[in-house]
Amino acid sequence: MSASTFAQHFLTGISLGGAYALIAIGYTMVYGILRLINFAHGDIFMISGYFMIFAMASFPWYVAIPIVLLGTILLGVVIEKAAYRPLRSSPRMSVMISAIGVSYLLQNLATYLFTAIPKSYPEIPFLKIIFQFGGISASLVTLITPVLTVVLVIALMQLINHTKMGMAMRAVSKDTEASRLMGIKVDSTISMTFVIGSLLAGVGAILYFTDRMTVYPYSGSLPGLKCFVAAVLGGIGSIPGAVIGGFIIGICETFLVAFGYSTFSDAFTFLLLIVILLVRPTGLFGEAATDKV
Amino acid sequence: MSNILEVKDLKVAYGGIEAVKGISFEVPEGEVVTLIGANGAGKSSTLRSIVGLEKPVSGSILFQGMDLKGMGTETIVTKGITLVPEGRRVFANLTVLENLRMGAYMRKDSLEEDMNWVYDLFPRLKERSWQPAGTLSGGEQQMLAIARALMSKPKLIMMDEPSLGLAPIIVQGVFDIIREINKQGMTILLVEQNANMALRAANTGYVMETGRITLNGTGKKLAEDESVKAAYLGKARAKKKS
Repeated sequence: MSASTFAQHFLTGISLGGAYALIAIGYTMVYGILRLINFAHGDIFMISGYFMIFAMASFPWYVAIPIVLLGTILLGVVIEKAAYRPLRSSPRMSVMISAIGVSYLLQNLATYLFTAIPKSYPEIPFLKIIFQFGGISASLVTLITPVLTVVLVIALMQLINHTKMGMAMRAVSKDTEASRLMGIKVDSTISMTFVIGSLLAGVGAILYFTDRMTVYPYSGSLPGLKCFVAAVLGGIGSIPGAVIGGFIIGICETFLVAFGYSTFSDAFTFLLLIVILLVRPTGLFGEAATDKV
Repeated sequence: MSNILEVKDLKVAYGGIEAVKGISFEVPEGEVVTLIGANGAGKSSTLRSIVGLEKPVSGSILFQGMDLKGMGTETIVTKGITLVPEGRRVFANLTVLENLRMGAYMRKDSLEEDMNWVYDLFPRLKERSWQPAGTLSGGEQQMLAIARALMSKPKLIMMDEPSLGLAPIIVQGVFDIIREINKQGMTILLVEQNANMALRAANTGYVMETGRITLNGTGKKLAEDESVKAAYLGKARAKKKS
């Protein structure tokens, strides 16, 4: 493999990884605060793809994008309010089953409303501009994805580490009852987590589908599972971990395809899940136990 | 002196089992009141229902004449009640400074003055302000839990077994702090199993047994009461040994 093909694949890999990272953050944040694996997250991402198709049908892209992001946020928050909040004091397993239910509901709702035939994803013209550097060519979306991911993650880390709201989120993730005693409104803090997770999934959807060009009712399920693996790989609950996990899976997958093993690229992700659970269940950046009992 | 807190006929139950079976007591402003009793007497349940973490079956809780019934914990704490929970419950993943700022979460005014105040009370916390709270020793975590509660500028601070699991010398330090903040005008409702220390620090004491108040009186009077001595102050056992 020549240096330029290597660079070409690497670029594709980090671009895919960036989109994965944005979705993986949603898994890891919700897990961090609720100890819940939000199986519906991948389907929120898929519905966000459909939102874009309808928004672009009637608006220019610069109006459509904010509409899509707001719609995705709303969907995430409504799901939390309707399907998870009433189960706040139930065993964790009940909430997880509810999440699986929401996932199937969204997939079937999409099939019912939009049929199972893939719909073509609208082109946002400027994202498709092709750049050439020597032997490498890439569309703007490929270049923008990793950069945007890193910028959003830095902003998110600032929010979590240096604002009052971020502090409240960390407090709630550690001890809900003690947070209540501080006067923190736990429910709205949890809603905020879903706002952020869904917003990032919405951004991820735009970047991912612009490259893939079609959306169908199950287009969220496999990427969703892969991003969940990315979150576990990085150490579920850790935001930097989810980002690094996303990039690792994106890059590995792209290179497996490049070497001609595309049949195994999905299998590899799940093999990775098994290996990480066996070897290092807390993931690369899993929560260090600082609790003193 | 007026009562800052009045509890009347409070009943608390968990799934049909009554933990608190109709108790009444009041906390006069500026005093230290203690509830003592063995494990399972209903002391913690009483504190938890005052702050809204448990829903009482019946009875009333009046704070400065205001009925707290039906209010959520997030609302009750804004009225000026705070609870230092049993087992400290500091946010292990947050730094000491962040824990203190969480204590002042609902305040919008400047924290600087109170920050200096709690750092004066607990100089160790100032030294460790950038350390994650999880790395502190048990005694330091208890100090942090109290300091965090003070940061909300409460009118009434309730403490649930602040001496639990601490070395005797540290326990002494905790009670010194209780006396000190009381001297500065804070009203304190203290729940303890360490009856000896609690009664010596308190103006008024109530003895709880299996959900009922069986005795009350001034801290001094209770500390000298024979039945209290026998049950909680280890007097009976000491006699047997000698």
